Amino acid sequence: MTAVEAPTGDRVVGTRLRRREDPALLTGEARYVADLQVPGTLHAAFVRSTAAHARIGRIDLAPATAMPGVVAAFTGADLQGEWAALPCAWPVTADMKNPAHLPLAVGTVNYVGDAVAVVLATSEYAARDAADAVVVEYDPLPAVVDVEDAASDRVVIHEELGTNVSYTWELTPDPAAVDAAFAGAAHTVSERYIQQRLIPSAMEPRGVLVVPQPFGGDFTVYSATQIPHILKVMLALTAGIDETRLRVVAPAVGGGFGSKLNVYAEEVAALVLARKLRAPIRWIEERTEGAQATIQGRGQVQYIDLAADADGRVTAVRVRLVADMGAYLQLVTPGIPLLGAFLYSGVYDVPAYSFRCTSVFTNKTPTDAYRGAGRPEATYAIERAMDALAAEVGVDPAEIRRRNFIAPEAFPYSSASGLVYDSGNFRGALDKCVDMAGYEQLRAEQARRRAEGAKVQLGIGVSSYFEMCGLAPSRVLASLNYSAGGWEAATVRVLPTGKVQVVTGTAPHGQGHETSWAMIVADRLGLSPDDVDVLHSDTAIAPYGMDTYGSRSLAVGGTAVYLATEKVLDKARSIAAHQLEVAEEDLEYARGAFNVRGTPDKSVPLAGVAFEAFTAHNLPDGMEPNLEASTHWDPPNFTFPFGTHIAVVEVDTETGAVKLARYVAVDDCGNQINPLIVEGQVHGGIVQGVAQALWEDAVYDADGNLLSASLMDYLVPSAAEVPSFETGSTVTPSPTNPMGVKGIGEAGTIGSAPAVVNAIVDALSPYGVHDITMPATPERVWKAIEHAQEARA
Amino acid sequence: MIPAPFEYQRAGSVDDALRLLGEGGEDAKLLAGGHSLLPLMKLRLAAPTLLVDIGRLRDLSYVRDGGDSLAVGALTRHRDVETDPLVREHAPILAHVAGQVGDPQVRHRGTIGGSIAHGDPASDLPAAALALGASFKAVGPGGERSIPAADFFQGFLETALQPGEILTEIVVPKATGAGWSFQKFNRRAQDWAIVGVAAVRNGSTGIGLVNMGSTPLRAQAVEEALAGGASAEEAAAHAADGLEPPADLNASPEYRAHLARVLVRRALEEAATGHS
Amino acid sequence: MDVSMTVNGSPRTDSIEPRLLLVHYLREVAGLTGTNIGCDTSSCGACTVLVDGESVKSCTMLAAQADGADITTIEGLADGERLHPMQEAFREHHGLQCGYCTPGMVMAAVSLLKEIPDPTEAQVREGLEGNLCRCTGYHNIVQAVLAAAKTPTGAVS
Repeated sequence: MTAVEAPTGDRVVGTRLRRREDPALLTGEARYVADLQVPGTLHAAFVRSTAAHARIGRIDLAPATAMPGVVAAFTGADLQGEWAALPCAWPVTADMKNPAHLPLAVGTVNYVGDAVAVVLATSEYAARDAADAVVVEYDPLPAVVDVEDAASDRVVIHEELGTNVSYTWELTPDPAAVDAAFAGAAHTVSERYIQQRLIPSAMEPRGVLVVPQPFGGDFTVYSATQIPHILKVMLALTAGIDETRLRVVAPAVGGGFGSKLNVYAEEVAALVLARKLRAPIRWIEERTEGAQATIQGRGQVQYIDLAADADGRVTAVRVRLVADMGAYLQLVTPGIPLLGAFLYSGVYDVPAYSFRCTSVFTNKTPTDAYRGAGRPEATYAIERAMDALAAEVGVDPAEIRRRNFIAPEAFPYSSASGLVYDSGNFRGALDKCVDMAGYEQLRAEQARRRAEGAKVQLGIGVSSYFEMCGLAPSRVLASLNYSAGGWEAATVRVLPTGKVQVVTGTAPHGQGHETSWAMIVADRLGLSPDDVDVLHSDTAIAPYGMDTYGSRSLAVGGTAVYLATEKVLDKARSIAAHQLEVAEEDLEYARGAFNVRGTPDKSVPLAGVAFEAFTAHNLPDGMEPNLEASTHWDPPNFTFPFGTHIAVVEVDTETGAVKLARYVAVDDCGNQINPLIVEGQVHGGIVQGVAQALWEDAVYDADGNLLSASLMDYLVPSAAEVPSFETGSTVTPSPTNPMGVKGIGEAGTIGSAPAVVNAIVDALSPYGVHDITMPATPERVWKAIEHAQEARA
Repeated sequence: MIPAPFEYQRAGSVDDALRLLGEGGEDAKLLAGGHSLLPLMKLRLAAPTLLVDIGRLRDLSYVRDGGDSLAVGALTRHRDVETDPLVREHAPILAHVAGQVGDPQVRHRGTIGGSIAHGDPASDLPAAALALGASFKAVGPGGERSIPAADFFQGFLETALQPGEILTEIVVPKATGAGWSFQKFNRRAQDWAIVGVAAVRNGSTGIGLVNMGSTPLRAQAVEEALAGGASAEEAAAHAADGLEPPADLNASPEYRAHLARVLVRRALEEAATGHS
Repeated sequence: MDVSMTVNGSPRTDSIEPRLLLVHYLREVAGLTGTNIGCDTSSCGACTVLVDGESVKSCTMLAAQADGADITTIEGLADGERLHPMQEAFREHHGLQCGYCTPGMVMAAVSLLKEIPDPTEAQVREGLEGNLCRCTGYHNIVQAVLAAAKTPTGAVS
């Protein structure tokens, strides 16, 4: 398949069309789960463990059930026959350990926040009061909080497993080559980095409303989810409900970033309770509750070694990870490290590769996908290590990258980790970013401040990232033991009046698919985007789909929409040829109509063809009525967005305060459908990565209590903490799909954390500072300076 | 999160409030803007059985010129303190600090009296009051009395106010043209200060510290060093002398002590050369 | 207890529990679900509404305290079919993605421009310090507010 050229001229694709989603969102008309009001609803509140690891003693529900408005209350034991364990869909190895994870814990609790009971009441206030009144006795067990401590099996969390190690996964295609590279290296660096746990913090907390129709036997599940389709299948299996009796709807969803890519205890419980009590059941998460009950991201200890020749050309990368699974495996928890496993050589031409991951249970909230999922971790490690190598070799960080980039003419490039990178021009993105940043002037300013001994030092951080997204070829997913496919479904139908309806299996929650998919179809059909409606996120309307995560929606779902449009056009061409009594080859299609070549007055608009298809009065022999086509597109490869980001920081060496002064990003996501939306994704992604570098940290104490459980203590930044961004792009179309597109949802996050930390370390390198642990709090920065100065003295 | 149930009474006057408070006993609380109390109630860290809402007592919202001093009604909102022309002219640090509290939404509801009476060591306004040498008027069953700011903050969230007493007015000696500085160090703009320093050079130099102990504090060792002729840098070295700064997610005691020394020095330098 | 207030121009009186938070009153009693709840610690600003014309976090105010007040929620901002200039600017500058923080962000921005009609970028950023957004990185929100300030009616209506 060859890529199309970048769109130009009067086409819809490539324009900065304003989003059609916005008016409803801007006026309060959009309905999120919490906004749905169904008469007779019972409100659920969960009683959660206050112990990180304990045997559950007596649970006394009576004080709760005696309270006004309370209808029922249940423990895990009460509901044990009603459900199966929560699903993990990614058993990465055949011998992976996976403890049973029940929606309400029975026997033991394994993290603070583990649900132990549920209360149902006629109002939210009554439910909350009653949940507080439930008495639970805990018989404490030792808690294991630190992941490397857990790996030692000093205390085993799940006794029945006999170990805290869930699995070990290795990717070392040629061990001898790695050993030889390190043996013959002129330079080596060995680094240890910590990926702190992050709380995804989508602004809309989670929530679910299950509306049963007791006599029809149907259940409609409204959930703040990224994955209505996967959720339907998993709920049917977990709750033991016939899939045809379930309809899952994701209404307006207020962000997800991976945290709503899951099948949660509360969703299963709400469904089971709706079945049991024959009443609508509603649960809306509180922010502080969500910090514990919703998955967290990252949570890895990374050991990375680079071998390099005398010029600093990397000859081998060796990585050892210890990954924190938390107390249980959620939907794709064990697979997250694997999404980065192939990428620790980054954008560099590295001949030898070794990766091993040991994934370990701890007494903390489960981890799972969070924006970038595995790829930010990989990028951070290689991009920080490249700066360490630059320091070791004594060359500029931009130069060490130029020496090691995979050359543009090397694509498709087979990496030592076993991937085939479809396209790239890494040097092009770096050169553009360096230009935009005024890199040489920045270095001059830095030199000036250093010479002056200024208290506020300047740091310049470069990060050249690259990622694999657009999940994904189903066969590749199968080779990684992922239980689901990576295809996407689309239907395009031209209605009798000529209006177009698109049905997509993607499930947008802020990404603007309604706008972008309409643009793709309108562009191909020569219509106005206003004539194209996009339906999604309701399994009764869009029965097939693999949903929205992993920057997959455009490259997979958008491509499905594009291909369905092509199919519709093919059918329309047959009908038009029949109507106009010419051969199909004599027709050309432009601006919404079929014209007979050379006979300008012989033409039929698409609406006319659609009406003909609808009446079916005069269709070619054997042709089915109506103008509709569906596709299920399974891509042949991932897509590989890339770019270079440069962060400029000012570090107050007296207080340790870091100010992000400038941020320059050049991203390449191939052809862009709507640059306005692309830039928005980049901006938001950058701030999430910067936030990991500077502010956000899910801090646990030694007993397993989450100390940063509210937005007062978990520092999601505001507008006041970040600058405006300077963004640019290069365009290297992906050859993997017909529109030449790649994902952009995670790129900003993947590129930005290492850029910021590289900048801080760059600012402080004259003081002897070599590394700083994320988040780079003022105290950490101050202490790093102090310790480095003491070490020198 | 929602507060536990309580009874609610709206006071029509200060006397009315005193009566309601007296009737309510120990578990009665005053509600002004609610921006200190309601967050604690939502977290169920406070569960008063009676709330006496004094938010409508408009006659406690004012700034008056009292000759050598300004009188600021306890129910004057942060936003009104921030923008008041008299405050800006005669106690500019107070206007500035009021504009640093929380975020705009907080400043539209929160009151200076509520902030002072809560006595939170992490709060900005008490430090400014200490630096300015302010005093507070309180009315109780036994009548009215005046309490110097320096004697007001007595323990963690404990003040000199007696049960049944209401803070009615903040009296601020005029510092017209005096040098001043407020150094607020935090990680996000909306957050409480990790450490804050308020300095006013009005004849002698007054310095208030934010989040350096269990109460809002005066930096006595610094003030004394300055009075003894020490330079800003020399005096600032004493910023944490004798103090036990708290530990939390943002800072260790050791780091807070360091920050206090740096920020006091900066505040003294700015008060000497910058703001006036 | 009874409370009376004007919500988006319409007076109403309701009997409520004293502990009812204003945000729950607006969402559940008045049925105006455009005002969202994003946290429980007054941190995120998603619940921002105008009380007597000024931005307030409605999760940190009792409905009882709003007795007699004039409340404007996001539903009351547009003039019939015509979006308020601030809403228009957010759309024009792509200042929203998932939309969840948007009602609160827009109300905070409207209040900001009443106080500072022609703000600098820094003033916009500081003025929105009490509102968190997880999608946009704020870049386009700031552009939208600066643009709204330049429209003839954006700063005053």
